[in-house]
Amino acid sequence: MPKRKDINRILLIGSGPIIIGQACEFDYSGSQACKALREEGYKVILINSNPATIMTDPEMADITYIEPLIPEVVAGIIKKEKPDALLPTMGGQTALNLTVKLSQMGVLTKYKVHLIGANINAIKKAEDRQLFKSAMIDIGLNVPKSGVAYTLEESLKISSEIGFPIILRPSFTLGGTGGAIVYNIDELKESISKAFDLSLNHEILLEQSVIGWKEFELEVMRDKKDNVVIICSIENFDPMGIHTGDSITVAPAQTLTDKEYQNMRDAAIKIIREVGVETGGSNIQFAINPQNGEMVVIEMNPRVSRSSALASKATGFPIAKIAAKLAIGYTLDEIPNDITKKTPACFEPTIDYCVVKIPKFNFEKFPKSKPCLNTSMKSVGEIMSIGRTFKEALQKGIRSLESGYCGLEEKKLNMELESGLKNPIPERLFYIREAFKKGYSINKIYQITFIDPWFLYNLKEIFDTEIEIQKYKNSEIPMELFKKAKEYGFSDKHIAKILGQKEENIYNLRKKYNIKVEYKMVDTCAGEFEAQTPYYYSTYEQNSIIEETK
Amino acid sequence: MHTKGYLVLENGQIFSGNIFGAHKKTFGELIFNTSMTGYQEITYDPSYKGQIVVMTYPLIGNYGTNKEDVESYKIHLEGFVVKELSKNPSNWQADISLEELFKKNNVTGIENIDTRKLTLILREQGALKAGIFPADENNFKNMIQETINSPSIVGKDIVKKVIKKEPYWWSKTGKYKVLVIDCGVKYNILQLLAKQNFAVRVIPADYPYQEIIKEKPDGILISNGPGDPQPLDYLVQTLSNLIERYPVFGICLGQQILGMVFGGKIYKLKFGHHGANHPTKTLKTGKIDITVQNHGFCVDINSLKDPNCEITHINLNDGTMEGFRHKKYPAFSVQFHPEASPGPHDANYIFNEFWTMICQKEKT
Repeated sequence: MPKRKDINRILLIGSGPIIIGQACEFDYSGSQACKALREEGYKVILINSNPATIMTDPEMADITYIEPLIPEVVAGIIKKEKPDALLPTMGGQTALNLTVKLSQMGVLTKYKVHLIGANINAIKKAEDRQLFKSAMIDIGLNVPKSGVAYTLEESLKISSEIGFPIILRPSFTLGGTGGAIVYNIDELKESISKAFDLSLNHEILLEQSVIGWKEFELEVMRDKKDNVVIICSIENFDPMGIHTGDSITVAPAQTLTDKEYQNMRDAAIKIIREVGVETGGSNIQFAINPQNGEMVVIEMNPRVSRSSALASKATGFPIAKIAAKLAIGYTLDEIPNDITKKTPACFEPTIDYCVVKIPKFNFEKFPKSKPCLNTSMKSVGEIMSIGRTFKEALQKGIRSLESGYCGLEEKKLNMELESGLKNPIPERLFYIREAFKKGYSINKIYQITFIDPWFLYNLKEIFDTEIEIQKYKNSEIPMELFKKAKEYGFSDKHIAKILGQKEENIYNLRKKYNIKVEYKMVDTCAGEFEAQTPYYYSTYEQNSIIEETK
Repeated sequence: MHTKGYLVLENGQIFSGNIFGAHKKTFGELIFNTSMTGYQEITYDPSYKGQIVVMTYPLIGNYGTNKEDVESYKIHLEGFVVKELSKNPSNWQADISLEELFKKNNVTGIENIDTRKLTLILREQGALKAGIFPADENNFKNMIQETINSPSIVGKDIVKKVIKKEPYWWSKTGKYKVLVIDCGVKYNILQLLAKQNFAVRVIPADYPYQEIIKEKPDGILISNGPGDPQPLDYLVQTLSNLIERYPVFGICLGQQILGMVFGGKIYKLKFGHHGANHPTKTLKTGKIDITVQNHGFCVDINSLKDPNCEITHINLNDGTMEGFRHKKYPAFSVQFHPEASPGPHDANYIFNEFWTMICQKEKT
């Protein structure tokens, strides 16, 4: 399908100031969209209140307004500039909310502005929890079960349907007062009367708790011919209960069987169709019960997001750019793959490395905020690292935090070990290391943290390698072990620290062993096709090839 | 502890790694698969007979293996090459680790291989003969020679090595009876047929035509299977006789056989299609499905000169033929795997089309 000729001027809304939860990822998506739309000959009118962004640089849009992101102001700009279309999906929640308000005010109808990317109904269906929930049930997908009770009997009945643990949420209380998690009937009976008292109308919502379940995300794209592809799957290292923005996350998903993954993929495709995101990308979150594989849908963002920025860099598939092209009428098969140039963008990237994202916190600057993670986001940034193994990517990532760590190293811990493991604090990785040192089993750590044993086992392998290295305090570390350490992401500095030596000595030994860093490509296709514009990551791969001639 | 071992290519390149599973040497045609999940289904797929499979995704074995995700009665591939094998799988369904499964099935794998480097070699040079050797052998020259001398899959009938010799019922109940000509059929094909309300009976590839007639089928499915279709002239012969009488549906190798029935020419792709992300276009609707593929041979899209043959699907990556139908006879086929397992379910609807075709034939 050719691009749309009935529109010429497109309004793009940025995400405003950098705040926790809405940061430079939306500058990245907005800038990509500006470029993609102008490349196609459209006039781009940009509004953003934040001048400290790339997208507001003079050469990015045709017309740039640095004005407050409030409906009246945007309405004024629409009146003046008469855009034909509005692309609301590039500027995070801010842009979506503004769009809904503009629509409610009748501005979009009055000035005949088409919404491209996502329409009002789709935005509402995805954003309104109740609408979303019932839409999911309509298409046969599970959401966390819930029920409203007014009496003890009712709550007991609901609890038998939902199963424990259950979250009690009294209605009409301030800031969730009286909310509790109960694990059995006795606890329920104990908490419920208090909860009824607290609720002004004697009403309590009982909801199935998915805390401790495994959390996953899928990045989905759809075009107007209804072709749908999954760009990337992401598995959270931290279980449900910690905001995705504050979780260590890993791409692709690591611990799902193909059947489970395809089940999730099918659900994601159903969801994007049901919600009605006509073109562009969406992020859909799922939780999986580690005991029996039961899957529930958590939420959906009908726009590009923090995760889609991550997924773009993780796979080489530029989601925002492609989303902009889909919004103006192209279909996925008409757009070339950005990296191979020869194959189409209508495919699902496959990767041959492991990507780790680690959030970065800055609690020193927020003295009133406790350094403990929960469902509201607290991180101020994040790093992304790529390695051939999870272990390598994780240790590279820890170094990239620029918090002074050279890997999963020995660190002075401020809390008791058990509380450090139990409370999801930012340094939990180092408490897990300490737990291995104290001889905790993987299962024991799992019972406290609910971090999937596969991840814990990988951390254990890093720790075991550290112990192995320690044996060589008074002699040269052997080549095989050195190679393995590099493949597991140990830096020379880290090895030097373990051995109480100078980094330079370790570096020289590495040179002697001829263990060198190499650079591998991010090419969207695991090497199947030649890449024209790839980018690279560093890795240590055992030089396993021995050239021989016939 | 793991023993050292070597992966030897016929071009003389040798990779060193660690052996897992059976401690024995093995040979096969080396190809790469780009699926990120589904290693268990891949190892069980009879179509990999004669091949050593390299997984491009580096972390394999993470979720272990289970009793449900089996695609045939045993592991068929000759060898398995991975970057890092997970020693401690994690999944609620996990029964035993991939390593234990390989030991049980007496199949050799090798890990700690630079699978990316290997994939690029295969992309440049095409599929190569290869051998995996535990390191008790260390004469590289001999190993290379042995690899060169190992049998090629080209021109051989290896279907007979993977199929059950006797016919059997997969499911006896159903509205219509479909006979599956087993060339190395994956269980999920049988499962989806049963789900479609077919009674499913499986017969070996070399089942005589007269016996097939006696079975009184409502439709015939010719399955996927390993290797080169060209030596399977007996199958081409059987099918030529069947197409006039029964609705026929071919999958993968089945498409190649059906293609040959209508005069199509077979050629070998450089490194084949082995993965779960192949965009396939349905020409009639323009719709694109992400399909699962696993084939080294293919029907030349320009060789189907029969005016009654209509190309229905093409691969968007390289323009190869993914499906065709016959305008006169109720016969069609696809090169991809509509049964998935592993891989996306986008093309499951193809089984409906087979159902519809049989319903229509019934009416006439």
